[in-house]
Amino acid sequence: MIHSLFLINCSGDIFLEKHWKSVVSQSVCDYFFEAQEKAIDVENVPPVISTPHHYLISIYRDKIFFVSVIQTEVPPLFVIEFLHRVADTFQDYFGECSETAIKDNVVIVYELLEEMLDNGFPLATESNILKELIKPPTILRSVVNSITGSSNVGDTLPTGQLSNIPWRRAGVKYTNNEAYFDVIEEIDAIIDKSDTKIFNLIFNSVEESDNFCVSVASVKKFHLPLCCYLQNPRLLDDVSFHPCIRFKRWESERVLSFIPPDGNFRLISYRVSSQNLVAIPVYVKHMISFKENSSSGRFDVTIGPKQNMGKTVEGVVMTVHMPKAVLNMNLTATQGSYTFDPVTKVLTWDVGKITPQKLPNLKGIVNLQSGAPKPEENPSLNIQFKIQQLAISGLKVNRLDMYGEKYKPFKGVKYITKAGKFQVRT
Amino acid sequence: MAASPAYGEEKGGSSSLGEPEYGHDPASGGIFSSDYKRHDDLKEMLDSNKDSLKLEAMKRIVAMIARGKNASDLFPAVVKNVACKNIEVKKLVYVYLVRYAEEQQDLALLSISTFQRGLKDPNQLIRASALRVLSSIRVPIIVPIMMLAIKEAASDMSPYVRKTAAHAIPKLYSLDSDQKDQLIEVIEKLLADKTTLVAGSVVMAFEEVCPERIDLIHKNYRKLCNLLIDVEEWGQVVIINMLTRYARTQFLSPNQNESLLEESTEKAFYGSEEEDAKDAKAEAASLAKRKPYVMDPDHRLLLRNTKPLLQSRNAAVVMAVAQLYFHLAPKAEVGVIAKALVRLLRSHSEVQYVVLQNVATMSIKRRGMFEPYLKSFYIRSTDPTQIKILKLEVLTNLANETNISTILREFQTYIRSMDKDFVAATIQAIGRCATNIGKVRDTCLNGLVQLLSNRDELVVAESVVVIKKLLQMQPAQHSEIIKHMAKLTDNIQVPMARASILWLIGEYCEHVPKIAPDVLRKMAKSFTNEEDIVKLQVINLAAKLYLTNSKQSKLLTQYVLNLAKYDQNYDIRDRARFIRQLIVPTEKSGALNKYAKKLFLAQKPAPILESSFKDRDHFQLGSLSHLLNAKAVGYQELPDWPDEAPDPSVRNVEVPEWTKCTSREKRKEKVEKPFYSDSEGESGPTESADSEPESVSEESGSSSSSSSSSSGSEEEEEEEEEEEGSGEQSEDKEEEEKRPKRKEKEGSRKAAPGSPSEEEEEEEEGVKKAKKKAAQQGRKGHAETSSEEASASESSSSGSDSGSEAEAKRKKAPPSSRAGPKEISLLDLDDFTPPPPQPIPSSSIVSTSLVTDLEGLTLTDTSLAPAMLSPAFSTVRTYELLHRMAGEGLSVEYCFSRRPFPGDPHMVAVQIQISNNTDAEVKSLRVSEPKPLSGMRIQEFPEIECLAPGDTASVVMGIDFCDSTQAANFQLCTHTRHFYVSIQPPVGELMAPVFMSENEFKKEQGKLTGMSEITEKLTLPEKCRSDHAIVQQVTLAANVGRVPCGADNEYRFAAKTVTSGSLVLITLERREGAAAQLTVNSEKMVIGTMLVKDIVQSLAQ
Repeated sequence: MIHSLFLINCSGDIFLEKHWKSVVSQSVCDYFFEAQEKAIDVENVPPVISTPHHYLISIYRDKIFFVSVIQTEVPPLFVIEFLHRVADTFQDYFGECSETAIKDNVVIVYELLEEMLDNGFPLATESNILKELIKPPTILRSVVNSITGSSNVGDTLPTGQLSNIPWRRAGVKYTNNEAYFDVIEEIDAIIDKSDTKIFNLIFNSVEESDNFCVSVASVKKFHLPLCCYLQNPRLLDDVSFHPCIRFKRWESERVLSFIPPDGNFRLISYRVSSQNLVAIPVYVKHMISFKENSSSGRFDVTIGPKQNMGKTVEGVVMTVHMPKAVLNMNLTATQGSYTFDPVTKVLTWDVGKITPQKLPNLKGIVNLQSGAPKPEENPSLNIQFKIQQLAISGLKVNRLDMYGEKYKPFKGVKYITKAGKFQVRT
Repeated sequence: MAASPAYGEEKGGSSSLGEPEYGHDPASGGIFSSDYKRHDDLKEMLDSNKDSLKLEAMKRIVAMIARGKNASDLFPAVVKNVACKNIEVKKLVYVYLVRYAEEQQDLALLSISTFQRGLKDPNQLIRASALRVLSSIRVPIIVPIMMLAIKEAASDMSPYVRKTAAHAIPKLYSLDSDQKDQLIEVIEKLLADKTTLVAGSVVMAFEEVCPERIDLIHKNYRKLCNLLIDVEEWGQVVIINMLTRYARTQFLSPNQNESLLEESTEKAFYGSEEEDAKDAKAEAASLAKRKPYVMDPDHRLLLRNTKPLLQSRNAAVVMAVAQLYFHLAPKAEVGVIAKALVRLLRSHSEVQYVVLQNVATMSIKRRGMFEPYLKSFYIRSTDPTQIKILKLEVLTNLANETNISTILREFQTYIRSMDKDFVAATIQAIGRCATNIGKVRDTCLNGLVQLLSNRDELVVAESVVVIKKLLQMQPAQHSEIIKHMAKLTDNIQVPMARASILWLIGEYCEHVPKIAPDVLRKMAKSFTNEEDIVKLQVINLAAKLYLTNSKQSKLLTQYVLNLAKYDQNYDIRDRARFIRQLIVPTEKSGALNKYAKKLFLAQKPAPILESSFKDRDHFQLGSLSHLLNAKAVGYQELPDWPDEAPDPSVRNVEVPEWTKCTSREKRKEKVEKPFYSDSEGESGPTESADSEPESVSEESGSSSSSSSSSSGSEEEEEEEEEEEGSGEQSEDKEEEEKRPKRKEKEGSRKAAPGSPSEEEEEEEEGVKKAKKKAAQQGRKGHAETSSEEASASESSSSGSDSGSEAEAKRKKAPPSSRAGPKEISLLDLDDFTPPPPQPIPSSSIVSTSLVTDLEGLTLTDTSLAPAMLSPAFSTVRTYELLHRMAGEGLSVEYCFSRRPFPGDPHMVAVQIQISNNTDAEVKSLRVSEPKPLSGMRIQEFPEIECLAPGDTASVVMGIDFCDSTQAANFQLCTHTRHFYVSIQPPVGELMAPVFMSENEFKKEQGKLTGMSEITEKLTLPEKCRSDHAIVQQVTLAANVGRVPCGADNEYRFAAKTVTSGSLVLITLERREGAAAQLTVNSEKMVIGTMLVKDIVQSLAQ
């Protein structure tokens, strides 16, 4: 399946290569560079490139291209998903998936890749197994290693590989069991401008609001079967599960029953259908205009909270990709600070917390390239925010039962609502 | 050169260790580059006995490999450390070894013994890793070692080792594809594995090695379906893709009768129980073709068991299930996948890209499925362009009368985007919506016309192209638009747009009679500076104007054509010449001139704007080929649904035969094994069911006198034969002696035709059958036959006769293995066993012809219908199933006894003779895990409890070959070993003789002409010109019965294929001299062709 893997940085250097079958020459990447050149933007490099003898399937993660070489038919998603899993593993091991981290730990990277694929077919991709095979580097361990000469490779053989539940090591037992659930909900929405342009666009018509919600349960130190009762599971329109969840139980009783893996993991992802219209927690008033035949325009944006059950909206950041004709921006913010990058034409406004008494506002003049035609389109505003202690969909963890132990384990549930892909069209 | 920049980095901390030595080492003197130096210090570190140094060295070497630098010259130093105790060093050595073994094959062999030792380790993980590395070393010399290791690991106790074995299979296959057959056997075995750990890996191996062997899946299908949810996610993807293909070959299309199907019936079905469905299915099969479709329960099983996987966190699994539902599920059920696919759109952009491609294809076929999720495909300004364009594609596919207004409003937003490629795509999308939905055509057209005044030229150009296509649908109403566009020629520079405008004006010049010549004038002025594509359109415009408005445009046209005549591009020169000839009337101009107007101004059909994803679904969705819209290497076509479902029973997993045996039978077997087991095998499945086997066995048991006497005589005979040696001459002599005896016996048989012991059905053919049996047994000398013979002799009136017959037979018989040990010392057994073919047949020819004569007497008045005859010929060729060496002392031969297999008339009886040449008992011999190809069936022989050393047992098994010469594969198991064996039938054994009169023969032959007739001319060799020889050779080649024939120089034979009962008619006509013509008539052309070949070959011998 996967023949070889090349890691390429943004400047086009191949800084790591790994072959699982016969060696494929680096020159195969020339086809990739060609496509990259054509695409201009890194995001537009086609994930699948066909060359005379090979197929290249690539992903772009954290400024690194993971380019895999394929020789025969294989589901492209299979490879893409796997490459992301590789990147996730690097992230997990080194804290970041960057070129320097990989170069610094090249031996561990190599050992990981060796274990993850056998002859191009995934072998061990669960971090639990991998961590048993190859210990992640820590400062302490590297110090100890250098003194004692011990190694990063686990000398015990991984038992997880042998079981049917690869996400879990065998024989894990803790004296104290603790379980924490983070319910993180993200709101995806495109908010269209209303057609009533005359009134300065005060009311935003909600054209799309996809409430996509993700729940990350971080269950630490737990070896017992858990049962998680949700208050209103009917809300969930579409769910995807970690393989540890017993699907039958969910189907019949809408109960999440599982033996958790060790450490952090994503228990379920769910989607609340747009039919259950969930209130968008913020609104944006905007007035962006470019004058015809003059090299300036006006920019005026105000962000305000809607009713949020008394919770404050925080961590608000607005990013705007301005048209190419924009030379500079001369703005004043009533709250937070803004930056404008004249090269990428990205305006970033870090607002912070919104207090309903004094709404944050960003106002000022846009300088355009003289002589250039007026930009056709007003830019879209991408907004990020965060609301603590609130699950906007109304989902709640009702009860958490565990079996096989008499005492009460420590358990906690935290709710966060965040903006996902939240875009306001102007 | 590649290594030099790395030097500085690599040297790093260890330089202090290596440096001092350099001076003393003559090999690394100053003349050499630093490369050598550096590698020297690495070598030294590797040679040291400190693990930490070795580790450091290996780490640096691996870092070099990772950067793509060549470290192959360190091979000898590294490979030494393969047995290092330190586990990390060891692992890194493995990494190195796998990378460079291919380049340094000889040295790599040094490491093999370490892995071979590892394969025997008591720890399963060490066994597994040893196999993993061993199989990753791509050195062709070790193929046999790998093969052995894989075979052993495939039956390892640990599922993890078996999984590793499954992984090793494709590696070995890519190294040496000649091992395919053996690997398939291993795959077959591993497919039967019941652990989830193995399932994914072995299916992967199956897909890489033998994806065409779909028959291997039958027995494991249900198991795979049930295990699926517990298999690891990567394995799930592979299994689901494979099962999609499988289901396409095995089940009926659930949508074939969709027009007939109504909602209600479908709903009723969903509730129904599996059993009901099964019964219904069986019934339905017998019904006419337009029966309501009932889903095969196995098909339902697959759909049901994959559905939960839509909830998987792995996008590849979700996609795999989605494509399975798209390709296999009834229309009403496909909808469930939409939700899951939409969920994937939140994932990484690469995932989105692939998913959207597939959604685009699906949305053409099943638009309704994604309509509720329309908004999920709305485009964000931050999406990458390739995603935007795909979303646009989906939106366009989803557009219908009800949602078009929302979609168009959305499109309006997109048109203002900064991303110009995207805007162009949007304009095309609008065009497509306009052509597909008539209601909004005018709205779209107006919108596009407004775009013509856009400031961006690309937008305008794209609009022009799209408008051109739209206008073609209703040109008359839009002369205003055409005029507007004509004005654009002054400004617009994009060649495609200019060409489009010119074409429009030319095409509809009658609607704009005033403007058209003016446009031509302008274009003529700038002709030389235009792009080729524009020039061609200028010529077109000129020609059209010349034809409609020659007064105004004659000169202009001439001018343009003159310019074009000297153009650089030969296409343009060509076109100009062609058009000049066509439109300008000269004295030479031909008839075409008159039709010029018709040629140029014909009504042209409006273009159909289609999605580029149309018809992409003939590729399996989710596959690389689908994404590229081209067949990728190794792509397995998704087969079309079969018209009729293949036999669903192939998926039934049967309990092994021996467990079904009643204990009573077992007991008996134990008591009198040699006789019972044989007679049981022979008579157990006879048609006159229950009583018969008992009686025979009892007979052979109780009348121990006869059997013992016969066995006594048997032994005597054998000894006699021993004494005679193996000389063939003596055998020949025996043959000659035997012939009269046969006749004699025939006579005796005839005298007592209705002897009581003979079965009713056989009555008419009894004589012949018995005769044949005798002959056959004679050749084989099986212990089994002796008991038969004993009973037969009892029934026959003259005991002495049977005795003599038995004797005769014994003479003929090849020495059975009872005499084995002695023979081995004298002569190789193998040389001895194939009996000399010549003399025996000649002896029986007389008898066969005699038989046929007799038949003619007895049968013609009773029935005219062609009756199945029992095989008419005694010659039996034995084939080797398992060689003595391969079978570790167990040798197995088989022959086609040409007897109807009792119990199932569609099966070919295969007589199997098993000899134990070891010095230990072989226990519980049985057939296990038959994996026949689709449709083939195997009736195993009953288990042989025990076979004493030097003993021989003979059993009969039935195989339904489905009238094909495909081999039947199965495993022959003993208590210790499994042997993979296969039986391939010669075509001549796939039929049974049939009797018919000459007239019938001619009548049937008349029906089977044309394609069904195969004729071959041949020359008969010297020794094969006698009647006997010919008949003998033909019957030797095929199991056919002779048909009486009036003519001297013609020989006719008839048979029916065993499974389908199609007639096979053979005619051999002798011409002058040695020439002859062979004609075979059969509706089974393949069989006919092969048969001709076989007969010709047999005659030529």
